[in-house]
Amino acid sequence: MVSWRHARRLVVVGYLVLLVGWPMSLVVQATFADGLDTLARTLGDPAVRSALGLTVVVAASAVVVNTVFGVGMSLLLVRTEFRGKRVLSALLDLPLSVSPVVVGLAIVLAYGQDGWFGPALEDAGFRVVFALPGIVLATAFVSLPLVIREVVPVLTEIGTDEEQAARSLGAGAWPTFWRITLPAIKWAVVYGVVLTMARSLGEFGAVKIVSGNLEGATQTATLLVEQRYQDFDQGAAYATAFLLAAVSVACIVVISFLRPEEKP
Amino acid sequence: MTAVAAPARNRRRPSTPARVGLGVGVLWFSVLALLPLVAVVVETSSAGWAGFLATITDAQTAAALRLTVTQALGVTAVNVVMGTLIAWVLVRDPFPGRRAVEVLIDIPFALPTIVAGLVLLSLYGPGSPLGIDVAATEAAVTLALLFVTLPFVVRTVQPVLAELDADVEQAAASLGASPLTILRRIVAPALAPAVAAGAALSFARALSEYGALVLLSGNLPMRTEVASVRILSYLESGDQTSAAAVATLLLAVSLLAIVALELIGRAAVRRG
Repeated sequence: MVSWRHARRLVVVGYLVLLVGWPMSLVVQATFADGLDTLARTLGDPAVRSALGLTVVVAASAVVVNTVFGVGMSLLLVRTEFRGKRVLSALLDLPLSVSPVVVGLAIVLAYGQDGWFGPALEDAGFRVVFALPGIVLATAFVSLPLVIREVVPVLTEIGTDEEQAARSLGAGAWPTFWRITLPAIKWAVVYGVVLTMARSLGEFGAVKIVSGNLEGATQTATLLVEQRYQDFDQGAAYATAFLLAAVSVACIVVISFLRPEEKP
Repeated sequence: MTAVAAPARNRRRPSTPARVGLGVGVLWFSVLALLPLVAVVVETSSAGWAGFLATITDAQTAAALRLTVTQALGVTAVNVVMGTLIAWVLVRDPFPGRRAVEVLIDIPFALPTIVAGLVLLSLYGPGSPLGIDVAATEAAVTLALLFVTLPFVVRTVQPVLAELDADVEQAAASLGASPLTILRRIVAPALAPAVAAGAALSFARALSEYGALVLLSGNLPMRTEVASVRILSYLESGDQTSAAAVATLLLAVSLLAIVALELIGRAAVRRG
C-alpha cells in the first residue's frame, strides 16, 4: 500500500507543479530577469500607473458594494422568510456561471448608448458604458455572490439563540447586529472580502467590453497586460502580470492562514 | 403575501426594515444582473427563431460552439478524476508540504485570467524551457481550461471526504469486501453529489472562459476559437443580435448542466 500512496502523491504533486507551480515561477523569473529594472521602468510608465490606479478604484468600489449587499442579503436569506427565497438564492449564484463576455454584452445591451436605459441616462448626464460606472458594474456583477457564499453557511450555523437573548434583554436590532451577529460572522465576511478583491482586481473579459480600453483613461491593469503583450512590450506585460499575481497569491495565503485548521 | 403561511421556527416574519432591505437588495440585484441578462435574451428574440438558428448554425459559430462544448466536457472529465484524486491525497495521505499544495490549488481561483494565460504561455508557449509549444492549438485551449477549472472538484469533494468516516471502510474490509467493492459501495456514493457539484461548476466555467484563452489559443476561426471569443468578434463587428444569440445559448447550456448534474448527484445518493 505504501507504494500506491507514493504513486498517488507523485501524480498529484507532478500534475500541480506542471499546471500551476512551474509556470507561475517562470513569470517571476521573467519579471526579475534583469533585476529590478523592468519593474521600475514599468512602474514609471504613466499608462501603467493610471491602469493600476483605475484597477484599485474599481476593485475597492466593487468590494464595498458587494460587501454591503452581500451581508445584508445573507441576513435576509437566513433570518427571514419570504416568498421566492429559494429562487432568489439560486439566482444570486448565477453570476458565477455566466461568461465574463456575456456579462459585458449584457451591460452594453442594458446601459450602452443604444441600450435600454443608456439614452435616458445619457440625457441625465450619466454615462455608464465606456466610463467608470460601467467598469464598476461589470466588476461588481462577476464578484457578486462571493461574500454571500461565505456568510450564509456561517449565519445558518450560529443560529439565533444569542441574537434572541440580546433582543429579549432589550437590545435593538442595530446593536444586536453590531455586538452579536457581526462578531460571529466576522471571519466569513473577511474571506468574502478577500475573494471579492482578488476576483475584482483580475476581471478581464467583462471589463474589456464595457470599458472602451482607452489607455490612460479606461484601461485597467488586466487590459494593459493584454495590450502590452500583443504590442511586444513583454517586459511591461510580465511586470504588470507579476504585480497582479502577487496580490492574488497574497490574498490566498492570507486566507489559508486566517482559516487555520477547520479541515482535519 | 398570505397571512396563513406559518413562519418557520426561530424565524421571524420580515419586519418593516427587513422588507425595505429586501426591496432595495432585489432592486440592486435586478439593476446589476437580472435586467442586463434579460436584455440579452430579449435581444436574441428580436431576430426570431429563424435568426437564432441562422446564427448558431453559421459554420464558424457552430465550430466554436462544438469546440467549446467538447473541450468543456473533456476538461470536466479530467477534473473529476484528478480533482477527486487530489482531494483524496490531501485528506487521506497528509504529507509535509501539504499547505503549499493547498495554495497551488487555490491560485487559479484568484489569479486574473489574463495573467493565467500569460503564465501558461511561459512554460507551454514559444520559448518553452520544456520545448513544448502548444500556443494556437487545440491543446492550448485544453491547457487553459484545465488551469482555470482546477479548484472546483477538489474544493467540493475535500470537505465531504474529510467528513467520511474511514472506520466504515475498515469495517467493510474486515468483513471481506474487496477494495473495489468498498470504493463502489461506500466511497463512491458518498462522494457522488460533491463530485457532481464540482463537475457542474467546472463545466460551466470551462464553457464561459475567455481571459485565459486570449493570449494562449490564438483565436483561430474554425480551429481554436471558443464561443466567448466568437461573441466578442460579433460584438466588435457591431452585430449585437448574433452576439446575444450565442450568449443565450451559452447561458442555457450552463444552466442545463447545473440542473442535470444536480439530478445525477441526487440519484447517486438514492442508489447508494
